[in-house]
Amino acid sequence: MDLFFFVLFATVAVLSAISVVVQRHPIASALSLVGVMASLAVLYLALGAEFVAMVQIIVYAGAVMVLFVFVIMLLNAGAEERRGRSLTAHLLGVPVLIAFLGLICYFVQREFANAGFMKFGNFTGGSAQSIGLALFTDYLLPFEITSVLILIAILGAIVLARKEMD
Amino acid sequence: MAFYIISLIKIALVAFILLTVLAYLQWVERKVIAHVQVRMGPSRVGPHGLLQPLADVIKLITKEGVMPPQVNVFFYLLAPFLAVFMALISISVIPFGTQVTIGPWTTQLQLTDVNVGILFLLAVSSMGVYGVALAGWASNNKYALLGGLRSSAQMISYELPMSFSIASPLLIAGTLSLRDIVNAQAGYNFGFLPKWLIFAGPFPQVISFFVFMIAAFAETNRIPFDLPEAENELVAGFHVEYSSMTFASFFMAEYANMVTVCSIATLLFLGGWHPLWPAAYGSNFVAPAILFIAGALCIYHGINPARPFDRYTLPVFGLVFFGLTALMLFPPVIPVLMPLFWFLAKCGFLLFVFIWIRATLPRFRYDQLMGFAWKFLFPVALLNLLVTGLAVALGH
Amino acid sequence: MPDALAVLHNGVPISWYLMLSAVLFALGVAGFLFRRNIITVFMCIELMLNAVNLSFIAFANVHKQVSGQIFVFFVMVVAAAEAAVGLAIILTVFKNRSTLNIDEISTLKN
Repeated sequence: MDLFFFVLFATVAVLSAISVVVQRHPIASALSLVGVMASLAVLYLALGAEFVAMVQIIVYAGAVMVLFVFVIMLLNAGAEERRGRSLTAHLLGVPVLIAFLGLICYFVQREFANAGFMKFGNFTGGSAQSIGLALFTDYLLPFEITSVLILIAILGAIVLARKEMD
Repeated sequence: MAFYIISLIKIALVAFILLTVLAYLQWVERKVIAHVQVRMGPSRVGPHGLLQPLADVIKLITKEGVMPPQVNVFFYLLAPFLAVFMALISISVIPFGTQVTIGPWTTQLQLTDVNVGILFLLAVSSMGVYGVALAGWASNNKYALLGGLRSSAQMISYELPMSFSIASPLLIAGTLSLRDIVNAQAGYNFGFLPKWLIFAGPFPQVISFFVFMIAAFAETNRIPFDLPEAENELVAGFHVEYSSMTFASFFMAEYANMVTVCSIATLLFLGGWHPLWPAAYGSNFVAPAILFIAGALCIYHGINPARPFDRYTLPVFGLVFFGLTALMLFPPVIPVLMPLFWFLAKCGFLLFVFIWIRATLPRFRYDQLMGFAWKFLFPVALLNLLVTGLAVALGH
Repeated sequence: MPDALAVLHNGVPISWYLMLSAVLFALGVAGFLFRRNIITVFMCIELMLNAVNLSFIAFANVHKQVSGQIFVFFVMVVAAAEAAVGLAIILTVFKNRSTLNIDEISTLKN
């Protein structure tokens, strides 16, 4: 059962990711990215990270990507035209990518082949309670710093958006 | 094995009942609005228009689905599917009542009890915006695009006060599981005041309840916040290019979202299936009494008919109501049916409020809508969360 | 390579999750390098962040510790902040240049 779900959602994730890269229209890419995020959320659930999985859907798929879709619709961005691709990129791109991937997979297999197995329910430390405990004890300082970061981001976004008005 | 069979039966049952309720909700809405405006409402198809939903379904299925030539076909067809899927799937974590035991099998009146249930509902509702935004974009029509833009901005804005107003009752209940939240609201203060989160706890959640309901109107695109489909400025907004079943999907999604938010409000604030006052003071007799009065009224109007048909139809309804009354008084089913009745009654009341407000209030202007979310609702929800947190911390 | 029977019996090897993460990350890199639309490039960055998050969650499962999930939490916060600022920048650029093609946004070169 674990294997079935892993294979199913890993396939969905990889196909959606390919679609993100090859689709010519930004809206299609954005929706494929939502597909990647949703299937990753299912994989997180299987790995025992139920809180993070839900936050992934709420924050990433539900807020960040809606913002992307909103901007694409607002700018009425059309399909990307195919021109000005360099010859080297055409010839070397995909082989280099596959070589890079092969290298990573080789090292992962060498180092982590015996890292253990994922079985649904073998780790239940991902509840909201344990995340909250860790956030407000061990990781309190980083947590507070992220709130400052968010504040700066809000200010930055407002300043950037206001500048075009006058 | 029995678990799978029971689950399948429950799924089939819940899906059937939900779809029927959605169809009849539209009849109820038309009737209520008609009576608010001193009209009759649907009254031609069947007695009191009771078969109107059936006629509507037949009409929508057999109508020709017109697809405009300029649309992006894949996304045009994906959008209604997404909208209705996200709206219907949220019913799967909502508990309707306690458990039911038939022979050797015991099962809960809920499809799945997820321990992050309320987060799941938030996640699904935040995904629902894609259906509307995508429909607006794929229609390739400027009114539809404006509707889609409005809805995505509106839904992101109103999700924040909604999440904050949900967070306060969660702080008091101390759990994310919907069933445990309801169980935390059992019991009575001073012997009669229910411990619902809107009344009791360290800090009564009245403000949070109202913030939640207001945000719920915006999340479901209902009047007074139905800017994405404002018919007198945007024709019909995001679904202007949809017809037949694709249009019906958006319609169904809107009603399913209404049912979901009303259930969430019932579970979080109104004590789920716990009665308004203890069974010792006779709360178990409310349902039979209401049904009995309804039955008696039907019989009375059947004997003194106002319209020729009423002589035959109303006595039949009266007998049905009397039968239901007898069922509600039958002791073995009381522990199952009473919680179900109270849950449905509260949920139905909130749905009635939705319809009532639609018949009463005019539409907001778009800048008023956004200003209201950011300048009023959001600070209020935040303050309420702070005070609740303080109250919970001091109570420990 | 763990044989198929072991997989069926024990669940999914963690290394498979890491490889999936690598594949997603590589696709993100490829999109980042090949694509010309600035919004799509931005989305590919998000794809890479998601790929890294998957490894964090997988490692949290290996070590049975919640720290990996906390990192994912922080990554999400940073990604949200980044999206807000980044999209505001894209809006400003589009208002000034009326193009989204990153090859045409090259003032420093001229």
